[in-house]
Amino acid sequence: MNASDLAPSYDLVVIGGGPAGLAAASTAARAGLATVLFDENPGVGGQIYRGITANPVKNHAILGNDYWVGSTLATEVKGSGALIVNGATVWSLDRSLTVGVSMGGKARLLQAKRIIIATGSLERPFPIPGWTLPGVMTAGGAQTVLKAQGLVPSGRTVMAGNGPLLWLLAAQILRAGGKIEAIFDTSSKRNWLRAAMHLPDFLLSPYFGKGLALLREVKAKVQIVSARQIEAVGTDKLREVVVDGRRIGADLLLLHQGVVPNVNLAIAAGVAHRWNTRQLCFVPVLDADFQSSVPGIAVAGDGAGIAGGTAAAERGRIAAIAAVRTLKPGANVPDPQNARQRLQHEEMGRAFLDELYRPVESLRRPEGDTIACRCEEVTAQQIRETARMGCEGPNQMKAFLRCGMGPCQGRLCGLTVTELIAEERGTTPDEVGYYRLRPPVKPISLGELASLPISEAERKAVER
Amino acid sequence: MARTADVVIIGGGIHGCSTALHLALRGLKPILVEKDYAGRHASGVNAGGVRQLARDQAEIPLSISSMDLWEHVQELVGDDCGFTSHGTVLVAENDEELASFEARVDDLRLRGFTHEELIDQAELRRLVPAVSEHCPGGVVSRRDGAADPFRSTQAFRKRAIEKGAEVLEGVTVTGLSKVGDVWRVETSDGAIEAPKVVNAAGAWADRIAAMLGEPVPLTVVAPMLMVTSRLPSFIQPVVILRGRKLSFKQVDNGTVVIGGGHLAAPYRDRNETVIDWEKLAISARTVWELFPLMRQATIVRAWAGIEAYMPDGIPVVGKSSTSEGVFHQFGFSTHGFQLGPGTGAMMAELVATGATNVPIDGLGIERFRR
Repeated sequence: MNASDLAPSYDLVVIGGGPAGLAAASTAARAGLATVLFDENPGVGGQIYRGITANPVKNHAILGNDYWVGSTLATEVKGSGALIVNGATVWSLDRSLTVGVSMGGKARLLQAKRIIIATGSLERPFPIPGWTLPGVMTAGGAQTVLKAQGLVPSGRTVMAGNGPLLWLLAAQILRAGGKIEAIFDTSSKRNWLRAAMHLPDFLLSPYFGKGLALLREVKAKVQIVSARQIEAVGTDKLREVVVDGRRIGADLLLLHQGVVPNVNLAIAAGVAHRWNTRQLCFVPVLDADFQSSVPGIAVAGDGAGIAGGTAAAERGRIAAIAAVRTLKPGANVPDPQNARQRLQHEEMGRAFLDELYRPVESLRRPEGDTIACRCEEVTAQQIRETARMGCEGPNQMKAFLRCGMGPCQGRLCGLTVTELIAEERGTTPDEVGYYRLRPPVKPISLGELASLPISEAERKAVER
Repeated sequence: MARTADVVIIGGGIHGCSTALHLALRGLKPILVEKDYAGRHASGVNAGGVRQLARDQAEIPLSISSMDLWEHVQELVGDDCGFTSHGTVLVAENDEELASFEARVDDLRLRGFTHEELIDQAELRRLVPAVSEHCPGGVVSRRDGAADPFRSTQAFRKRAIEKGAEVLEGVTVTGLSKVGDVWRVETSDGAIEAPKVVNAAGAWADRIAAMLGEPVPLTVVAPMLMVTSRLPSFIQPVVILRGRKLSFKQVDNGTVVIGGGHLAAPYRDRNETVIDWEKLAISARTVWELFPLMRQATIVRAWAGIEAYMPDGIPVVGKSSTSEGVFHQFGFSTHGFQLGPGTGAMMAELVATGATNVPIDGLGIERFRR
């Protein structure tokens, strides 16, 4: 498939091929909407079901049953009539519902009647001293390699942080024959107090049984140590990890303290976001059908607030049903009530997990020379000082320090910068706000941009 | 009770901030009212060109007086504003264009302006080695340069405050009325009374003028810019074209800012712009042809600042035609950044003394009266 084969417009454009995007695309296409799904990976599945259609890991037990559920979604979408385009990067979306997409080095603009953003989540920044050293990576990054290439970490591996994904990856590494020297759990003991009130819901949720089994499986094989301060040490690569003053030799440090919505495309499109005090991140303001503040744009999946893969698929269905009902009121669609009930069941245990795995302040708001913005190498101290001098928000901070202006477009520093400014100025992250994000949301080459088809208006201008 | 000041300035762009500073330097007490924060719009996000080249004759005196201030901006505001001076080069793409440039340079000389200088192909390639070989020459203004727009606006704001100006941010002007000899400026944060008012409200200035019964045909525009990832240093001057819309500049950190006046869709009531990628693709194709080495560069960001454009493309500067004590300083029509320092100094003189030595003929608001 080439960029030039795309139609100039579609009823529905779905961005992201994880559970939310797959469920949304197949629901909408089955109801007769002209639907296209763009995904930048070589195959569908998103992060959670990465490589689901071509996975090199033959032993299904390694990745676990929850992973292989993804193949049902992938099969469903295949027969739905939706056009699935992999290797396609959506780099622009605006409130007129124009989508900029790039594939095979060629760019195209196309028009949508409805958009479902299903760009999922990314890992929360984990800014500790030395986190930019080679040999330090995120747990999610390690999992990506495991899912896509079947590679297990070698050498002395240490993990640190908290959250369900940390435990899941630990179990997956162990099942695949890998070894983990130690896991440093950075959860605060006080989290239990806040979490306890949500315990009844958690006990009834699907998380409970799975989570407990996972913890038991990991604890049987790896030493778990409670930790408050983590530092990665080395000159040109990681040599050791210093945990509360104790030094441990290590070749690989895997960091993780939860996931947060990937808000870049939605913010660039003008979707209003608000700070979520329980999940400690910005989430889009959405109605019950996951429609955003921008008419025609919905946000489904973890991008709408973290709730996991199963919930993501239900959200995708609900958003797609709403799109069908607006564009084709007579079309036959499933009753969204069923999806809503399943979603509610999935979301039940979330509050407990959010509180239990609430990342501690000291690991979210670094100090001193610790790098906050990796692209432009801006330290926590610089951001704190600039905020104290009167800089009130991340957009002004960009102009002073260039933080957030590198190729990652703030994905790795946005939350850190907002929280640091809020702390220094004694206000809330909601007041401080987030980076105003500018398209292209993913970098494109000048050549790709130049490849956009020449419009009628421009041709006339040149001829004249 | 209303606050009082000598002058109320509406708008915290580089113009409002510069006027506030120069009024304070004259010992007056200005209060500047800004609905967002200083430099939020065009002043903070423009291409940063500090250019005398290719200007309308009516604004050349302001531009030259500004250039003198830019060259001493560190002394003026206590910050170098990222100002560098490597010239601006207007590149001719063919002989016909070069001939028209020559006619303009000759005409300027007759009028006593010598900042524009015709250059041949050899000098063009010496100044801009990376430019495509099809270009036969151009015009250079050697004192021109570039500065960091947001940093500059902030520096003027900061120095204005240090010299005694008051800057109210997040405060919107809601009404203007005259009480005796004094203007009463109603704001979202209470009223301010002052004998003089300066309207430097940029893309929103027509609303202020309308409050005075002095409507102006202002268009809200948002010229687009895009920036690449870092590249090895290959070009020093700012390059602009005439026939096709392009401005092109490599910043010290290696990133290249590409602009030239293609417009985004502006939504001034939402502080938002929507990028028009088809038009940016035209800029990309122009760069592709002009600078072959840019073809693999990566575009990391595109944006547009909201500003005012006048039908004749030159600003509205001078006394109100209806309201004694009110002055206008807006409508800079996508090239006002360089004019900020000098226009602020001129305006402070005009407000304080009733007259100015810098010629501003042809820039008054009365030109729009039917």
